Amino acid sequence: MDEKPHWPLYEVFIRARAGLDHKHVGSLHAVDARMAMEHARDLYTRREEGVSIWVVPSAAISASDPAEAEALFEPARDKIYRHPTFYDIPPEVKTL
Amino acid sequence: MYTQALDVQGPDAAVPVDEQSLAQRFQARVDREEKIEPKDWMPARYRATLIRQISQHAHSEIVGMLPEGNWITRAPTLLRKSILIAKVQDEGGHGAYLYSAAETLGISREELIDQLLSGKAKYSSIFNYPTPTWADVGCIGWLVDGAAIMNQIPLCRCSYGPYARAMVRVCREESFHQRQGYEIMLRLSQGSAEQKAMAQAALNRWWWPALMMFGPTDAASTHSSESQQWKIKRVSNDELRQKFVDFTVPQAKFLNLSLPDPKLRWNAAEQRHEFGDIDWSEFDRVLRGNGPCNAERLAARRNAHAQGAWVREAASAYAEKQRRRSESCAA
Repeated sequence: MDEKPHWPLYEVFIRARAGLDHKHVGSLHAVDARMAMEHARDLYTRREEGVSIWVVPSAAISASDPAEAEALFEPARDKIYRHPTFYDIPPEVKTL
Repeated sequence: MYTQALDVQGPDAAVPVDEQSLAQRFQARVDREEKIEPKDWMPARYRATLIRQISQHAHSEIVGMLPEGNWITRAPTLLRKSILIAKVQDEGGHGAYLYSAAETLGISREELIDQLLSGKAKYSSIFNYPTPTWADVGCIGWLVDGAAIMNQIPLCRCSYGPYARAMVRVCREESFHQRQGYEIMLRLSQGSAEQKAMAQAALNRWWWPALMMFGPTDAASTHSSESQQWKIKRVSNDELRQKFVDFTVPQAKFLNLSLPDPKLRWNAAEQRHEFGDIDWSEFDRVLRGNGPCNAERLAARRNAHAQGAWVREAASAYAEKQRRRSESCAA
């Protein structure tokens, strides 16, 4: 087995076609960004799945902690007035 | 997200909650059909079960490249060769998706590869059978990939998010594998008497091993009930096997080939095919490492890994050199 340091992990994002956002599709190991790009092309676009690829070192991503999900996201739950359906508008009023 | 290298910004002090209530909350989430993601709390056995299952699955994809790779240089036409290369490349890709999914559970790629090469990890017993003729390549696509798809479709709804997502991608790609295999069989079965005999002989070789791919009977299965409770496994081995038989019998009939099972018959009352007993001693023998090609397959993987060492080293050295150069430019 090799005793070399492990190749870092990269996250791969693909834009399926112009006009759409890049979307996370998976990850891979590579020595550097260039190799990550080449491998991403072979691994995630064998059937024309995309027109553009981003590769990002996984270690560069800061993620929220699932244990804190309630504290982060729950305050939005009782603010239903942020949604258009909250407001009662008589049906005769159009285009509103 | 497919990673465990994320820099999680954790709270300063997590609220201490005892293991049992965490386990209850976990099961409730699974019961509500919520997906479990890498950073979520999960029972240690759930994690271990997934690592075992996903890595075995990944190893199967990688070893599965070998029986078909055997025919790349001898495919009968240039088109068949291109198709086979694309298929084998897909299998390698599937292995890579699955290794990534396993890594989200906290095991490294190196450990996973090491488990395969040391013989510690298992892979699907089916890949320890040889491919002596071109018809065997057809049977692998039709039966082996067909059985794999049947196994994998319920896994697309598995409770563990990264595994489920990998399976969606795999299933999408796998369907061409089965169709190209059936087409090979169709062509051979409509060919000369010799070609038809070749197709029949290959079918005779692969039928029973394909049925064994669904694993032990439900009564003998050691992992099933816990896996079902956790929604890792959603359909039992026997149910999947029955479905596979029911799908495959008419396909074989269309080919005018016979399945090598004298007990096979349609049960109209139960609306299913009855089939003969599987030789589980053969399954155990192959799984324990004594199948026709176990030694050859592992030797091929070890050899490939050893022969590729200089490429990995050179890539690392080159990346390191580039990094140092760009640092010295910046300085």
